[in-house]
Amino acid sequence: MIEKETNPQNDGTAISHKEPLFWGFGQIKFDRNFLLLLAITIIIFVVMSFLKPKVYPTSQNINSMAFQLSEVGILTIGMMFAMLIGGIDLSVNATANLAAIVSGLTMIKLMPGGLTEGPMGLYILLALIIGISIGALCGLINGILIAYVGIPAILATLGTMTLFTGLAVGITKGSAVYGFPEPFLYPGNGFFLGIPIPFIIFILLATIAFIILERTSLGFRIYMLGTNPKASKFSGVNNRSVIIKTHIITGIMSAVAGLVILSRTNSANADYGRSYVLVTILTAVLGGVAVSGGFGRIWSVVLAIFSLQQLSTGFNMLLFQFKGSNFFRDFAWGILLLLVMVINYYQSKGKQKFSFRKKPPLT
Amino acid sequence: MFKNLLNKTEFLVGLTLVVMSLIIGIINPAFFSIANLFDILRSATVIGIFAMGVLIVIISGGVDVSFTAIGIFGLYVTVKLLKAWQFEGSVVVALAIAGAIGLVLGLINGFFISRFKLPTLIVTLGTSALFQGFMLFFIGSDYIRDIPAGMAKFSMANLVTITQVDGSKSNLHAGVLILVAAAIIVFIMLKYTMLGRGIYALGGSRESAERAGFNIRKIEFTIYGFVGLLSGIAGVTFGSLMRQANPFSIVGTELDVIAAVVLGGASITGGRGSVVGALLGVLLITVMNNSLILLGIPSDWQKAVVGIILIIGTGLPAIQNRQAERRMNATLAE
Repeated sequence: MIEKETNPQNDGTAISHKEPLFWGFGQIKFDRNFLLLLAITIIIFVVMSFLKPKVYPTSQNINSMAFQLSEVGILTIGMMFAMLIGGIDLSVNATANLAAIVSGLTMIKLMPGGLTEGPMGLYILLALIIGISIGALCGLINGILIAYVGIPAILATLGTMTLFTGLAVGITKGSAVYGFPEPFLYPGNGFFLGIPIPFIIFILLATIAFIILERTSLGFRIYMLGTNPKASKFSGVNNRSVIIKTHIITGIMSAVAGLVILSRTNSANADYGRSYVLVTILTAVLGGVAVSGGFGRIWSVVLAIFSLQQLSTGFNMLLFQFKGSNFFRDFAWGILLLLVMVINYYQSKGKQKFSFRKKPPLT
Repeated sequence: MFKNLLNKTEFLVGLTLVVMSLIIGIINPAFFSIANLFDILRSATVIGIFAMGVLIVIISGGVDVSFTAIGIFGLYVTVKLLKAWQFEGSVVVALAIAGAIGLVLGLINGFFISRFKLPTLIVTLGTSALFQGFMLFFIGSDYIRDIPAGMAKFSMANLVTITQVDGSKSNLHAGVLILVAAAIIVFIMLKYTMLGRGIYALGGSRESAERAGFNIRKIEFTIYGFVGLLSGIAGVTFGSLMRQANPFSIVGTELDVIAAVVLGGASITGGRGSVVGALLGVLLITVMNNSLILLGIPSDWQKAVVGIILIIGTGLPAIQNRQAERRMNATLAE
């Protein structure tokens, strides 16, 4: 899928991070995976427009899709970070819900009855900061459990997922939090220069992720850790620090996703988005992220998000007369995931990839 | 010898269970009533049957999250079939049909995992969505409330009935027999067969197992087929106990079962685990879910408490591992 250049001296030493990892330094790098996904995205659009010419290629539909894909998209970016270091984060959705609930409750406590005077902007800002801090805190907890206590990522995030959801249920007593001030609802449902704001937030976060992953040393260390933890440790990478930072990033992304959902739906509850975790993993894998870590590029994942959203909307439109097109979509997701994995298998066989990982891949 | 016992995880889990039960019992003696104990056993039955299958997968180093989808698929299709044939006979037929369906679905899992060497978590995530989506879309999504006669009769099959002082009855449901049977079969399989040795070996180190001559493919097929079989049976048991077939039930409880198995001493990376431990883990989780309310913990906070217990329960063995590794590395250092 993706090839890394080895150190030209080929003596096994780490690449100095001044050398470009991928060719095409400075502009969008084109690798086969990206082009393939680009083709898939375009093909799906063309096919769907052909099948439903009156509804699909309309600006109304495109905007609707842009709104929908942003929530899961931001969550997927977070999941991608966790997967790149060879792990996983099952708690992304729980973190999103918890952050949304705490943030929402802050707004309600500070502005009972929705007052519309001066401090409101400040209060909303405070609530947003609190929400994102919760996300960072959740990520920190995950990072500590994985890096310092040594719990494998699946188990650690399984536990924290239960804990965060449990906290959310405890705080809200199971009911939903709702009723937020008008200006807060605007970003979730509004447009800026004709583009849905959640979509802008999503692309912004994807760009930030791109900068982190492919332009900073942290990103470099993330890829190194994901490829081979032992080698990265002996190359001087502080594995623990990278794990913690990565999970904090994932936590922040989850929190932002939660806040976007809060803004769009005007409510927050502990149970929202139960199937989201599966979708984010599917999307990441579709976008080329390796489950064992070390591989995966953000723009390919973004394209995967576009493709899956198109498919989801497409199924809805085509199967609209049968009840439960959602069920067919889940069925399709399952087949798709398996198909992609099998294709990856044949691809990697063709390239004779060697993996010198010491610990087995994340099952 | 006592030190040896202390180091065994199963002992620690059992100890935790006893201590927890004592604490709950002291605070609320109703915990020790026969009615409550029968209740706990009844709640633990379905999770227990699932756990026996999941235990095998985890020992082999894999993670299966599709077993609940297989369970409900088996239940739903079996119920639909039996109703279509207007079958009134014994529940054993239902169990057999569901078991067969589960076996086939499990073999699908086994196919993708062993043929393409795909990561088990991702494959089973995919097949979980696949099976459930297929069932809900192509077979049906309606709630079936009148289950076949055989299953309905089974739901009232009680081993022991005790009439309380106040006239109320407490029953020990016959479903526990299925759990006991499954536990015995898995125990024998793991301890006394080459297949069992192979499962432990596979979990310990796949490469070493291959070099030692185990047929990994055959083992994997068998593991996942067997889990499917058990899951189908668990599904029908669930349907009988609940006296209905709700296609949206069961799925979502996977993590409870995995937590139970892991708390019972099975290592998620594979190579360790036992039937006794898994059963103790199931009891632990069941007692937690059922009885936290007896402790006075409001039901709203129970999930959070379970989460903390999970984290502690997985964190402690992890820390122990680290210390053991550090000790080992210290002695191996030049």
